Amino acid sequence: MQNITNAIIAKASEVILGKEQQIKLALACILARGHLLIEDLPGMGKTTLAHTLAQVLGLQFQRVQFTSDLLPADILGVSVYDRNAASFKFHPGPVFTNVLLADEINRATPKTQSALLEVMEEAQVTIDAMTHQLPQPFFVIATQNPSSQIGTFPLPESQLDRFLMRISLGYPNAASEQQLLKNNGGREQLANIRPVIDSEQLQTLQAICHNIHVSDELLDYLQTILKYTRQSTAFNAGLSPRAGLSIKQCAQAWAMIAGRDHVIPEDIQAILPSVAGHRLVSNTGIQSSENSISNLLKAVAIP
Amino acid sequence: MFNKATLKMQQLLWLLLSLSITFTVYTFNLNNWVPAFFVFFATWRYLIEKKHWPFPKLWLRLPITFAGGLAVLATYGSLFGRDASLALFAVMISLKLLETKSKRDFIIMVILGYFLTVNTLLFTQAIWVILTITLALVGLTACLIVTSHAGSTYSDAENLFTWKAQAKLAGHLLLQAVPIMLVLFVLFPRIPGPIWGIPQDAYSGMTGLSDSMEPGNISQLSLSSKIAFRAEFKSAIPPNNQLYWRGPVLWHQTGRSWHISSEKLDIPVESLETSGPATDYTITLEPHNRNWLLMLDLPTNLPANAVVKHDMQVVSKEPVRTRIRYDGRSYLHYQLGVKLSDYERTLSLQLLDDENPKTRQLAAKWVSEHKSPTDIIQAALTMFIEQPFVYTLAPPRLGREPVDDFLFNTKRGFCEHYASSFVYLMRAAGIPARIVTGYQGGELNPNGHYLIVRQSDAHAWAEVWLADQGWVRVDPTSAVSPNRIESGIASALPDSNLLPMLSRQDYPFLKKLYLNWDSINNGWNQWVLGYDQQKQLDLLKKIISDKIVWEDIGLILVLVLITLMAIISYFLLRNKAIVLDPIKKVYLQFLNKLEKTGLKKLAYEGVTDFSKRAAKKLPEQASEIVAISELFSSSQYAKQGEALIENKRTLTLLKQLVKNFKIKRLNQMQQKINDF
Repeated sequence: MQNITNAIIAKASEVILGKEQQIKLALACILARGHLLIEDLPGMGKTTLAHTLAQVLGLQFQRVQFTSDLLPADILGVSVYDRNAASFKFHPGPVFTNVLLADEINRATPKTQSALLEVMEEAQVTIDAMTHQLPQPFFVIATQNPSSQIGTFPLPESQLDRFLMRISLGYPNAASEQQLLKNNGGREQLANIRPVIDSEQLQTLQAICHNIHVSDELLDYLQTILKYTRQSTAFNAGLSPRAGLSIKQCAQAWAMIAGRDHVIPEDIQAILPSVAGHRLVSNTGIQSSENSISNLLKAVAIP
Repeated sequence: MFNKATLKMQQLLWLLLSLSITFTVYTFNLNNWVPAFFVFFATWRYLIEKKHWPFPKLWLRLPITFAGGLAVLATYGSLFGRDASLALFAVMISLKLLETKSKRDFIIMVILGYFLTVNTLLFTQAIWVILTITLALVGLTACLIVTSHAGSTYSDAENLFTWKAQAKLAGHLLLQAVPIMLVLFVLFPRIPGPIWGIPQDAYSGMTGLSDSMEPGNISQLSLSSKIAFRAEFKSAIPPNNQLYWRGPVLWHQTGRSWHISSEKLDIPVESLETSGPATDYTITLEPHNRNWLLMLDLPTNLPANAVVKHDMQVVSKEPVRTRIRYDGRSYLHYQLGVKLSDYERTLSLQLLDDENPKTRQLAAKWVSEHKSPTDIIQAALTMFIEQPFVYTLAPPRLGREPVDDFLFNTKRGFCEHYASSFVYLMRAAGIPARIVTGYQGGELNPNGHYLIVRQSDAHAWAEVWLADQGWVRVDPTSAVSPNRIESGIASALPDSNLLPMLSRQDYPFLKKLYLNWDSINNGWNQWVLGYDQQKQLDLLKKIISDKIVWEDIGLILVLVLITLMAIISYFLLRNKAIVLDPIKKVYLQFLNKLEKTGLKKLAYEGVTDFSKRAAKKLPEQASEIVAISELFSSSQYAKQGEALIENKRTLTLLKQLVKNFKIKRLNQMQQKINDF
């Protein structure tokens, strides 16, 4: 099992250089059946990471570039009158796929954003009273530019909550960057990459992940963290029970990637910045940085 | 379930219940209308809560308050002094119930309740009072707990909703105070005598012998079963007919009554020669508000703070107002005052003129008939035996010439009648004589090997002075009723109905029960109430060192309290939960071993992260550290199979590993590399 996850990570690392941690987090997010939000400046390799993951996992991949004039129909699909059949025929949009890469999601208008987020929640599309199931597995990898940039519609907190994880990539280190410059950004490798598993195997992995053991002692620790965020004056509002559940699921996936059949406190510590970062708003009004999460972790003793 | 109304009711009931207990104790000490007053207002307050009656308005409360104050004034004639001020306090607490609504009110009531409850000890410190007021204290504490939790939003407070839980927590809180209480009890410096003045009325109601005697005094005293003193013997207990406990010696005769000689202490003490074995004993004397210290005839030592008067009566310099203990050494065989001083001769022949002519005639007749004083004494005793004299607790009243009336007319009397008429006869016959009052006999408590001497054992006898022999004890009562002297007052009186129940001889079971109870009480008096400066010093000398002086005790107290506080704060501030899980305990041992090398696991640090850090610092032992950590980590977080067996196996293995784990000293080079 660990061999599989290791192979996936190794393969993806051939394309995304020097970003093993981010690859692992993204994989954990997928294993925990969640949607992933990658936030970073343009040109940091967000799209490449999403694309690579889809390839390695043997999944169907669609990409939509969000713009301010993008309409819901552009991603969900549209019913067109078929003169021969004398009826409306549904033309599925790009959302009918395994992996949807929603590039620069915060450039689209709130209307389009919420259409996508609805699909993310329900995994089905309803148009003209007809419900169309999306293929399984289905998940969205969205990228966004930091909201301070011009021409963006920042996602409201309620919608940020739909994403299981939010990660950012950051600049590559010197060695990786040299490698990257040498092989022209790795586009060739991306084209040549072979899947390590197929979508059915991925679903099996997800099922195994779901069954990773979580002991009562660990839940105590998790609850202490939740309680701390609710009582601390550093945050505007504490973590919700859904956030608690998300933390648990991600920790399970992280334990699985580490090759363990049970979760340990270190797993929670590893994934907490990515899972809780976009859900906690610090009292100063800005979304909490990694710094305040690590302060939180240091303040909570492991029972 | 959580319900504000129930909680308020519980709070009120706790308060009313504990105050009721306290007032029950007060029924023995305060005028009975005071507890009744409380019951009335407690019921009223209860109905306010139960039936949602309105609280009384100020115009109603004000007059009731004045009426309560006036009632106390009318009953006690004052608002000051122990009884009156406590009654006033109790009345005002009862009234305060009518305006006890908010949390703040309840807290005030609880504190006032503590004060009222503890004040019961101003009256008596008996065991049953202590036990009863402990219940009241638990109740008040429970009320305090409910009050403080009433507004709490913590979900933990839900555990406190039952009476049982509240009482249990209150009990726990009070139990936790026991160590400090014990330290304060043992070490708080004792000061002889009260530090502050206690109002005079505190000593009313103490009974005992007085410094004068009139017919009827002692028989009145004999109706009381109150304990006069207890005597513990170090040697064999002398037979009953030798147990004469000497109290006031009476010389002056004025009509009906007899008085002690004088308060002067400069008269030389009568000479005393003793023979035979000594009798050693310790007396625990109940307070009687006089100076007498009772001792067995005749003592050769003096208790601390006491003097002996010329007639061998031992008096303390201060009135006995608290229970005291002293040692005595007495000889049953003695010769007292062989040479009679002129002062004493005058005193012991003194009689008022022109009284009791018949008695004087009888004495004159005896003087002419008999040659020696011994014969005259014998004649008097023979008269008591042969004529129909009766020993009774209920003698008829005597007329204008009391001795004549008694000897020739009524012939019914108690010990004081016999002693006084005998001494009168002797003096009339020219033989120096005096009355000695005190106690005779005592009841043996087999449980504690001590004698209980009650007020009902009060007695009066005579001493006559004979040339060559000195003062000789003559007990005319023994002529009339030998049983009184041989086996105690109970057997001497046929109409025992008049005697207090516990001095009677029927009901052996009750008697036994009572004796058991008395030996417990005796222990309580000796070790708790009687724990005075001397005992405290003795105890500390035994425990610590012989050189301890009084001033050191305060220092020891402070030191012990600081140590106690330090221990408690260590456990509180350590901020570590008490670990019960044996696996966690073993792991903690492992952590302690590592801590010696400066490797400390941080509170938020995971076991695995820590093991990595430790392995890096102690590379030689990396494998051991990792093994222990993994075992512990999986015991905590991994899925457990056969829980019990697995746990046991893990525990044994972990114990083994931790036991074998020993820190190897790193050489300096390695240390540097690691630090780098």
